[in-house]
Amino acid sequence: MSSFPWLTTLGAVPLVGAAAVAAVPKEKADLAKKVALAFSTATLGVAVAMATQFKKGGDRFQFTETHSWIKAFHINYGLGVDGIALVLILMAAVLMPVVLLAAWNDADESQAAGKRSVRAYFSLFLLLETMMIGVFAATDLFLFYVFFEAMLIPMYFLIGSFGGAQRSYAAVKFLLYSLFGGLFMLAALIGLYVASGRHLSSATFDFTTLSNAVAAGQLGISPGLAKALFLGFFVAFAVKAPLFPFHTWLPDAAAEATPGSAVLLVGVLDKVGTFGMLRYCLELFPGASKFFTPLVIGMAIVGTLYGALLAIGQTDIKRLIAYTSISHFGLITLGIFAMTSRGQSGASLYMVNHGLSTGALFIVAGFLISRRGSQLIDDYGGVNKVAPKLAGVFLIAGLSSLALPGLSSFVSEFLVLVGTFERYKAVSIVATTAIILAAIYVLWLYQRTMTGPLKSGLEKMTDLRPREVVAVAPLIALIIGLGFYPKPVLDIVNPSVNTTLSHVQKQDPAPAVNATQTLPKAEPK
Amino acid sequence: MQSFIWLVPGLPLFGAAVLLLGGKRTNAWGHLLGCLTALGSFAIGAGLFFTMLGKHGAERSMHQHLYSWVPVPGTGQNPFQADVAFQLDQLSMVFVLLITGVGSLIHIYSIGYMSHDKERRKFFSYLNLFLAAMLVLVLADNYLLLYVGWEGVGLASYLLIGFWQHKPSAAAAAKKAFIVNRVGDVGLSIAVMLMFVTFGSFSFGTVFGAARGATGGTLTAIGIMLLLAACGKSAQFPLQTWLGDAMEGPTPVSALIHAATMVTAGVYLIVRSHAIFDMSPTARLLVTIVGAITLLLGAIIGCAKDDIKKGLAGSTMSQIGYMILAAGLGPIGYAFAIMHLVTHGFFKAGLFLGAGSVMHGMNDEVDMRRYGGLRKYMPVTFGTFFLGYLAIIGCPPFSGYFSKDKIIEAAFSKGGTSGWILGGAALLGALITAFYMTRMVIMTFFGEKRWAQDAEGHEPHPHESPSNMVLPMLVLAVGSVGAGFLFNLNDAFVNWLEPVTGPRPEGKLPSGLNSTTLSAVILVAVAVGVGIAVLQYGTRKVPAVAPRGSIITVAARKDLYGDAFNEAALMRPGQYLTRTLVYTDNRGVDGAINGLAALVGGTSGRLRRLQNGFVRSYALSMFGGAAALVAAILFAKL
Repeated sequence: MSSFPWLTTLGAVPLVGAAAVAAVPKEKADLAKKVALAFSTATLGVAVAMATQFKKGGDRFQFTETHSWIKAFHINYGLGVDGIALVLILMAAVLMPVVLLAAWNDADESQAAGKRSVRAYFSLFLLLETMMIGVFAATDLFLFYVFFEAMLIPMYFLIGSFGGAQRSYAAVKFLLYSLFGGLFMLAALIGLYVASGRHLSSATFDFTTLSNAVAAGQLGISPGLAKALFLGFFVAFAVKAPLFPFHTWLPDAAAEATPGSAVLLVGVLDKVGTFGMLRYCLELFPGASKFFTPLVIGMAIVGTLYGALLAIGQTDIKRLIAYTSISHFGLITLGIFAMTSRGQSGASLYMVNHGLSTGALFIVAGFLISRRGSQLIDDYGGVNKVAPKLAGVFLIAGLSSLALPGLSSFVSEFLVLVGTFERYKAVSIVATTAIILAAIYVLWLYQRTMTGPLKSGLEKMTDLRPREVVAVAPLIALIIGLGFYPKPVLDIVNPSVNTTLSHVQKQDPAPAVNATQTLPKAEPK
Repeated sequence: MQSFIWLVPGLPLFGAAVLLLGGKRTNAWGHLLGCLTALGSFAIGAGLFFTMLGKHGAERSMHQHLYSWVPVPGTGQNPFQADVAFQLDQLSMVFVLLITGVGSLIHIYSIGYMSHDKERRKFFSYLNLFLAAMLVLVLADNYLLLYVGWEGVGLASYLLIGFWQHKPSAAAAAKKAFIVNRVGDVGLSIAVMLMFVTFGSFSFGTVFGAARGATGGTLTAIGIMLLLAACGKSAQFPLQTWLGDAMEGPTPVSALIHAATMVTAGVYLIVRSHAIFDMSPTARLLVTIVGAITLLLGAIIGCAKDDIKKGLAGSTMSQIGYMILAAGLGPIGYAFAIMHLVTHGFFKAGLFLGAGSVMHGMNDEVDMRRYGGLRKYMPVTFGTFFLGYLAIIGCPPFSGYFSKDKIIEAAFSKGGTSGWILGGAALLGALITAFYMTRMVIMTFFGEKRWAQDAEGHEPHPHESPSNMVLPMLVLAVGSVGAGFLFNLNDAFVNWLEPVTGPRPEGKLPSGLNSTTLSAVILVAVAVGVGIAVLQYGTRKVPAVAPRGSIITVAARKDLYGDAFNEAALMRPGQYLTRTLVYTDNRGVDGAINGLAALVGGTSGRLRRLQNGFVRSYALSMFGGAAALVAAILFAKL
């Protein structure tokens, strides 16, 4: 089975699906939806089948495929996944059918109004899925860059054509920011390629070759150049993630996007930023990463608290969720740059858990908003009375966002905090206060929308429909399941993290007291 | 038997899951399932207890490892390993029996109390969830799993306090309880992290075994963080403000959460972590100070409340203060902290259920100024409430007498000035307790009727509650009467806990005091408290509207300005900060970045055109980027 091109297949299924959906006649909107759902479910099936073949503790990159693409520039079609990429691909594959189900009627109005069609909406989603799989699976830096930028196109249209009133502004802002960051990465990429040509037998974009050369000290780029190249990659990732102060495009984009697009934007696309930091920044530029660690940690901790405080102050439900994500991205970055296995395994797990919890939150918020047609918190109140199921899943998604123990995000958040604490106690203690802010923004949102007397105009609000229950149930099940049993994901992620740490030449600090040595029985003082 | 430990929290968790997932389909039998799982859990607990009795002291601890939960082996010497594993020793056993026993009674009581509520099934699912979380808390064999139970009870209490969430006050109270608890949870988080970097582990066995090797500063830091956690959950100063508001929940909730179980979690945490506190006198001193302040604070607040449940809430705060004080006294007090916790579990749950029974008969009226003379109409409620009253004020030979006296004596035995201060505070607390409890009993059950119509104009028709409510009250009354005496027989309780908390040293009272005279002094103090209350409320007419009162009364009615302080010191500056940030984020940060983008893009005019949504511009940029790439690569080749 090892020669089976798993990753190409995985990427091809949604691509074929996108074409198939686009080929459905415009009037048969329902058929287009069903075809899209079928293809995304098939993709999930392939992803799960592939994951069962993944050997924990085997080669770092598995399911590798390498084909020469542009020979003149040593550019390969190189694919392969390590543990972290695998779980992120799985997360994306899980989210896609969920999003499609949740977004079932999002584009109906647009089509009815003679604007963009339903099939275009669903086709774009599937196209995006191919890109998302590609960006995590690429092991050739040039291929990564292509997916990194190409991903913007379907998302640009998803926001710009199907979003809210300010959608054009939001879509262009999103595009400009990403492009701005991407250009930095492009410059750094070229620099790296040039350097590899000078010092290695041949110039290359191949990640494994480059990172091994860096680890062996063969790449021979000066520390100054390494810092400049690091910054090129980092800025691109910091905009994408987004980190404070590059975050201002996210609330606009998330608020204007349809809930389904917002899930993919915040849940998956933005993860490319933190994923990129962990894999590319750290391994290609270990020295520069260590040099810039204080700066990055500073940005991360400010972003963690800043995002949380701003979330508290929001009046728009979707903007609020976007700001909570800025806070969470701060924590993920903190875990990555703490340079401990706890921090990085926690950060990797956090990327998955955040996709699930924010996904659930955006989706349920979308259900709510579609019923009333307003995103303003003040327009809601007492919803629990008329729609208890909706209120219930909203609360669970919220509790997952505030990292309640027993739910999945607790494990990752605690690992990030403890991993940070191992090296930077004060930073971690400050970050821990974010859990209070999280309780405030989640529970206050719940209090204002779901409790109290019923706001007028909401009397006829319906509870969750069967389609909506089916959409959100898998997320809730995973949030609870991974809270009680995160071991399968951690077992996949841990070896990859250890590889990264060994490339950066960082060891976990030893405990102050060696607990294994026998101590005399304590006498009370 | 050992392999059944997981069922103790497992059964109620199963019940909660069935009731929550089953929804309305389970309406008909949901409450029965809820009671059955609680009783089943109690039965297994009792079975485990008898198994334990059959063994010798040191061999009584049982262990059950379920699965590896959070493994991160890492690259260094110390793996991060959290397991879902349970440890049932003598200390956990006490809690298991208390939680499942009193919990079952409260479940049964709720069948009647909540019979008119459409959402009764949901109520039982939350009660079950609460039991499960609380049991995980006391059965966990490591701090991270304990944390799950710790916040789990926080969640359950959030759901239960806010059960009538259509009432804005209930929803606000629930949120407040959770958030204030979270402040404490920060302490627990930091404590666990400190343990991990110090010992490479956070399992009880490893941490306690290695505690001696850590520096004093580290142990004190861990101790203080654990104390912060305890303050949140147990409503101790300065995190006490949520408890009074939490009375918005249905009464059985108050009994379950705020009397018998949840608020005692802090006491459990400290006694469980005794190996750390044993090594840090500084941390212990802080614990005693918090306990002493809270026991007086709660008692003073209890004196000024006209709402029967809020009066009991103040009393709870105060009694937990006694337990925290005892726990802070170290080996001399651990056993008595737990003993008072158990006796308090009986009498306070009984008092809360009694209050609920009164409210049930009085159209949900909570204002004691509108009660009066109820003993004739609700004889059983009165009887059980009165027994609970005798227990709490420490009248011999009722249960509170044994446990509270021991704590006061232990406080004096601490020696030195601090011993006198702590002992004095505890003694004063006993006097105030006697006062406010007597006041409560007189205002409710004695004197003339001051009944009033409710909001809808119904006259109250006080009547005895149905048997499923009365029965639990009777059982709890038996505990209020006899538990202290039984526990104290041949030092049974102290001996039972000794393998966990270590041998209890004999306390030395300061010269001039001996056990007998101290007991007498305490009894005099109690009598004085009772006497003042009888004079003020028994011999004079109780006004239907609260008199203005002295400065202290006014302050106590406002919970000694705890909320006012929080609002002025935290909430308002916080709101201001948030508002400022929202403003600057929209104008400042975004503006700066837009400006920068405009600069990069050349002119702002060009940017504006881009913002109009010209897709072509994007294509152009892409093309530009790709061209640059190709050019660079060509350059590199040459």
